[in-house]
Amino acid sequence: MSETYYECMRKQGITRRSFLKFCSLTAASLGLGAQGAQQIAHALETKPRTPVIWLHGLECTCCTESFIRSAHPLVGDVVLSMISLDYDDTLMAAAGDQVEQALEDTIKKFKGNYILAVEGNPPIGDDGIYCIPGGKPFVEKLKHAAKDALAVIAWGSCASWGCVQAAKPNPTTAVPIDKVIKDKPIIKVPGCPPIPEVMTGVVTYFLTFGRVPELDIQGRPKMFYGQRIHDKCYRRPHFDAGQFVERFDDAGARMGYCLYKVGCKGPTTYNACSAIRWNDGLSFPIQSGHGCIGCSEDAFWDKGGFYEHLTTVRPLGTAGIEGTADQIGGTLAAVAGVAIAAHAAASAIKQARSKTRNDLTSVPEKKVE
Amino acid sequence: MRADPVTGEVLQGPLEPVYVYEAPVRLAHWVFAIAITVLAVTGYLIGDPVSIQQGEASESFFFGWIRTIHFIAGYTLAIMFVVRVYWAIVGNKSARSIFVPPLWSPRWWKGVFAQASYYLFIGKERLWVGHNPLAQAAMFFMFTLGVIFMILTGFALYAQQWGWGLTPMNLFGWQFVLFEQPQTLRTLHHLGMWYVLLFVMVHVYMVFREDIMSGQSVISTMINGVRMWKAKPRAH
Ligand code: HEM
Ligand code: HEM
Ligand code: SF4
Repeated sequence: MSETYYECMRKQGITRRSFLKFCSLTAASLGLGAQGAQQIAHALETKPRTPVIWLHGLECTCCTESFIRSAHPLVGDVVLSMISLDYDDTLMAAAGDQVEQALEDTIKKFKGNYILAVEGNPPIGDDGIYCIPGGKPFVEKLKHAAKDALAVIAWGSCASWGCVQAAKPNPTTAVPIDKVIKDKPIIKVPGCPPIPEVMTGVVTYFLTFGRVPELDIQGRPKMFYGQRIHDKCYRRPHFDAGQFVERFDDAGARMGYCLYKVGCKGPTTYNACSAIRWNDGLSFPIQSGHGCIGCSEDAFWDKGGFYEHLTTVRPLGTAGIEGTADQIGGTLAAVAGVAIAAHAAASAIKQARSKTRNDLTSVPEKKVE
Repeated sequence: MRADPVTGEVLQGPLEPVYVYEAPVRLAHWVFAIAITVLAVTGYLIGDPVSIQQGEASESFFFGWIRTIHFIAGYTLAIMFVVRVYWAIVGNKSARSIFVPPLWSPRWWKGVFAQASYYLFIGKERLWVGHNPLAQAAMFFMFTLGVIFMILTGFALYAQQWGWGLTPMNLFGWQFVLFEQPQTLRTLHHLGMWYVLLFVMVHVYMVFREDIMSGQSVISTMINGVRMWKAKPRAH
């Protein structure tokens, strides 16, 4: 346990120069300023390494795919050398019983001192039989590994909110991990997948400072999820101007107008895509002409079509009527309009028939003494 | 003149004018009417915008203005609502009626059904000093509660531009947790518009109908505050 991160990295063949570069890059992405790089370097040089156990539940593994593609290959190398050492069943070389043994060993050896990173989520329906890694329901493995963890990171929308496997009707009863782990601090890093730089940033922050970064009320690190896609979107001037793409093949689409009317969920989605972007800052969905689908928000699969601004709702349950707010409200207003017209006509007829104008309206009169 | 203390039903003549709606109540009414009309028009356009298909983005702030007008009207509605709540506390009995309808009183419920049966051409007309109980029920459930909902959800959507951790989000952001995520809240805010608009449609119809047909003054009452009577006194 006495080995520091720095020593460990050097063993993996990372030069001091690369190490310092990594520190300044990460400090920049965490918004820590010039002091930050030194702080990170110092912490990594002096602190004993905190092991990371990375579990995989019901998932598509896109979080891992994203993680190993960190913009700077360097960042990936450094972080991977910090974390893959202990347990990650999709990245580690070992297989079979050997892997499960490694998990048990790490849990025992670093009791109360390791970080648990969870990708995917546990389906708890039918005693958890819909996800069986290593011969046991994932929910049990998760609880077992969480028991002695220092803190828990929920990777991606699966672990954070439930994502596609928890979308209606959720046949396997897949639940976000905070429904199962109640007694540990959980950092939610949602996205499908999350941005690699965000993932490495969160891990590095925790490892260097030994504490959970500042979280919002939904448990996400504020530094990456504090603002909406819409707040930093480079198409925002078109939004304010009222220049919208109407169809994906119109002139507006070619001119890079705002994608609000073709369903962009940027105005309701907290994530850093429009600031950090993807693939070494190359692009992000909106830049390539497709609206944001809101993949880092809770239950985004159940919020209507990806290509319409208005969400379709089912006011009378799943079997009932389905429509947007305007379709439902407009129909009700039309019905009310017809009822008003009918009532007005009936009132007019009644009025015409009655002999004296106010023959029904009268009050008993009595002199007040 | 004798009126029921709970429902405001006129029980006994002689009919005489009553000052029911004090100035702040009337002012608030017309400010609400204008603000809600503006909010509904701009809100609908925010949900389904018309788009400009030419020119430079820097030359136009068209959608920006629609949203700005929505926000100004939203603030106006909210501030007037707070003033109106204050007046409900310090003002006369009629000023309270749409905030605390006597839902616990069987007599009041009888009034609701009596007025409904009159509108269905079954029962006979009655006269009321303040709002009739049916109108009062609609005003409470559809206007008061509806507008509170619209103000809360509206300010939560509005707070988004500051991001998490700042005062507006600290005040209103809890709704995003309550309703899963911002898109749900947006949809509810949009549905809320139709809820309030249904009230407005029926309300405006009823106001004109009653003004023409009923035995009491209606529109002028919301202008000068005084309830006048057109009904004929009946010797008893
Ligand atoms: C967006 C439009 C409107 C809204 C939201 C609205 C809302 C309301 C509310 C909440 C009240 C109860 C007032 C209180 O006790 O504080 C009320 C009363 C009243 N409103 Fe409106 N109103 C609207 C439009 C109109 C219009 C266009 C008229 C007439 C031309 C009108 C005439 C009246 C009258 C006469 C009353 C008093 C009813 C009575 O005599 O008891 N309103 N309205
Ligand atoms: C009766 C009152 C109101 C009505 C009828 C109304 C209506 C609407 C509608 C229909 C939308 C479009 C939602 C969508 O995109 O589907 C909207 C958006 C919005 N409303 Fe309201 N609203 C009302 C009050 C308020 C208030 C009091 C505020 C607070 C300032 C507010 C702030 C907003 C905001 C911030 C948006 C989103 C605009 C954007 O981000 O582009 N609204 N409103
Ligand atoms: S493309 Fe989407 S995120 Fe960008 S300005 Fe338009 S609505 Fe906002």
